[in-house]
Amino acid sequence: MTETAESNVASFVEFRSVQKSYDGETLVVKDLNLKMPKGEFLTMLGPSGSGKTTCLMMLAGFETATHGEILLDHHPINNIPPHKRGIGMVFQNYALFPHMTVGENLSFPLEVRGMGKSEREKKVIRALEMVQMGSFAARRPAQLSGGQKQRIALARALVFEPELVLMDEPLGALDKQLREHMQFEIKALHERLGITVVYVTHDQSEALTMSDRVAVFNDGVIQQLAPPDELYERPQNAFVAGFIGENNKLEGRIEEIHDNKALVRLKTGELIDATPVNVTKPGQDTLVSIRPERVEFKPEFFDEGAHMIEAEVLEFIYMGDTFRTRLRVAGHDDFVMKSRNMMGQRRLEPGEKIPISWHMQDARALEDDNAL
Amino acid sequence: MSDAATAPELLTTADGRPLKSALAHAQARNKRRAFYLVLPLLLFVVITFLIPIGQLLTKSVYNTGFYSWKDRDAGVSIPLMVELREWFDETPADAEPDEAAFAALVAGLVHARETKSIGQIGTRINYEVSGSRSMFTKSARKAKDLVPPYKEALLEVDEDWGDPELWGAMRNASKVVTLDFYLSALDRTRNADGDIVKVDEERAVYVLLFKRTLVMSALITFLTFLLGFPVAHLLATLPLRHSNLLMIFVLLPFWTSLLVRTTSWIVLLQSQGVVNDIWVSLGLISDESRLQMIYNQTGTIIAMTHILLPFMVLPLYSVMRPIDPSYVRAARSLGATSWTAFRRIYMPQTIPGIGAGGLLVFILAVGYYITPALVGGSTGQLISNLIAFHMQNSLNWSLAAALASLLLFAVLLLYWLYDRLIGIDNLKLG
Repeated sequence: MTETAESNVASFVEFRSVQKSYDGETLVVKDLNLKMPKGEFLTMLGPSGSGKTTCLMMLAGFETATHGEILLDHHPINNIPPHKRGIGMVFQNYALFPHMTVGENLSFPLEVRGMGKSEREKKVIRALEMVQMGSFAARRPAQLSGGQKQRIALARALVFEPELVLMDEPLGALDKQLREHMQFEIKALHERLGITVVYVTHDQSEALTMSDRVAVFNDGVIQQLAPPDELYERPQNAFVAGFIGENNKLEGRIEEIHDNKALVRLKTGELIDATPVNVTKPGQDTLVSIRPERVEFKPEFFDEGAHMIEAEVLEFIYMGDTFRTRLRVAGHDDFVMKSRNMMGQRRLEPGEKIPISWHMQDARALEDDNAL
Repeated sequence: MSDAATAPELLTTADGRPLKSALAHAQARNKRRAFYLVLPLLLFVVITFLIPIGQLLTKSVYNTGFYSWKDRDAGVSIPLMVELREWFDETPADAEPDEAAFAALVAGLVHARETKSIGQIGTRINYEVSGSRSMFTKSARKAKDLVPPYKEALLEVDEDWGDPELWGAMRNASKVVTLDFYLSALDRTRNADGDIVKVDEERAVYVLLFKRTLVMSALITFLTFLLGFPVAHLLATLPLRHSNLLMIFVLLPFWTSLLVRTTSWIVLLQSQGVVNDIWVSLGLISDESRLQMIYNQTGTIIAMTHILLPFMVLPLYSVMRPIDPSYVRAARSLGATSWTAFRRIYMPQTIPGIGAGGLLVFILAVGYYITPALVGGSTGQLISNLIAFHMQNSLNWSLAAALASLLLFAVLLLYWLYDRLIGIDNLKLG
């Protein structure tokens, strides 16, 4: 759907109108176009069944595209078997060979390439040291913890020095703390080695933390392809807005629209300001999306002349660094406001009525997909 | 409590009892209950399995045919050939039978006729010297009327009484515990001097049959592996709804009587059977040269391979099913061709299944009886058919027991070898 203006970028990986169907009845991937420059860290993000893993498998060569072309370094690779593509891959369950030691696992890709023994050993040690697992060569995969397995899988995918590495939800099985730690390590390796990475995940915070660009998949289509900040700040449609981060949604109809400003009348009659994204004319149904942390309730921070609406406090949750307040706004019980725990911040009491407002550019008026 | 006092470093519970005994006490009830649950099975196994095997082993080295007679009506055991056994005990092994020996023999024959035990005695000696059973019964009939000197008198009844081989056999039989049946089972016998020698070429059957049994079992095991591995792989990789259907086809033979399966192979493979008919009608072979595929080794191998196939497929399947396809994918992405990925990554992970299936099929094949009996003809017979022959026809149970014991030892040896080479912990039956 969206292909940002980058046709001139020298592409290393390219999908050209790729389609994929498993059963001949439905398309899992619908007309995918994607260009990746060398050295990029691109994440495919989306709910399960959105086609992101299928794309990765087509790139790796385990699935064939039903239609279209996939190019690697300007060569079509549709008919090249996986073992000749020279792409490193990290699997969700690590796929470390259980009957081999860690060292044998790492030396396997070098062995099948016919490399000599001494050279192999050197490379294996270097790869192990790269992931701080230097002393583990003699262990069996079963003797490793999840995080250690993850490092070994990473080292194995990198040991034969591929230029492109694919990662299929590699951190899915780790606990939160380890996951965050590994995110930084993978990112650091990417930067140090200058490899191109295609990373698949359904965890949006992972995608935002690690990627140069994120492709948000839904229903076999890339909904938006953009750097993390743009994706978060300026979602192009309701799906992206809903999928990335927390979001408050208010339904309404465009009252006025000009100069990149829209006045939206909510269903309950209030007027609010918003930035039109993909709505164009008055009378259109719209979904206004506002991030919880961009909602303001102290009048001194309000924009001059901005509309404000009244909200009733339903719940006030103390979360340490932030407060999370659930409000009733325009008939919605699930409007969330996040505010920083600042000095002198007072606790809001349930039942209290407060005015809320926001900067106009933080409220994004999107086309309402569900409205008829 | 004394434990706690003498060994203060032991951990104790709050009231001072040693932790270990407290734990054992706490778990005793559960352990007892668990034991009662398995008790019926334990008794069943002991009664129906361990005791018969013990009897089998005993029977193979213990034969009282020449030693005592069990009078079933009176319920007592009567010792036989007492005088002759005494004479054997007093003289060296190579002693010539003298007048005293013949006198003792005649006394024994008279006693045996009175107690109606002469048949048993004759049978026992007949195991080693064929034709001697009738000699014993004939001589026993006349023994009462014989007068000294007994040597001449007995030789007059039958001159074979002077045969040193016969006396050697009687001397052997007078010992209750003997390894002679194992010697027979290995085609060995004692000559008149008591040395162990090979039996005549035309009478040597057991070693040949043991060899044939082992070779054919190995071949059948290999064939089931060759046929079963791809099937198991297919079963393991197909989506569940398809593989379930296929699994039913694999298991179908299990639900059919063994006899039905074997006889249907007869229908298929006999010279006027379905397979030959098709080949003749296709012009592959002429009507005169129909292939003999049954009542020989070929028939036994075909039918047994078919019957034992599920025993190979199931362990393989159970090992293959949980192997994640991402292993092979990982190998492929690391640069291995599909063959290398199969050989280096997939195959090694199926070894526990290959070992289990192989061991299972081999052990079953070694002891297989019905199929070779029905379709084996003369060249397709296995050692089990000979054991059955000695059980049912020749009634030489001791020899049957010795043969069966040798088979058991062979299987145990194999099991031990497997444990040493692959490790029994790696076995995965399902």
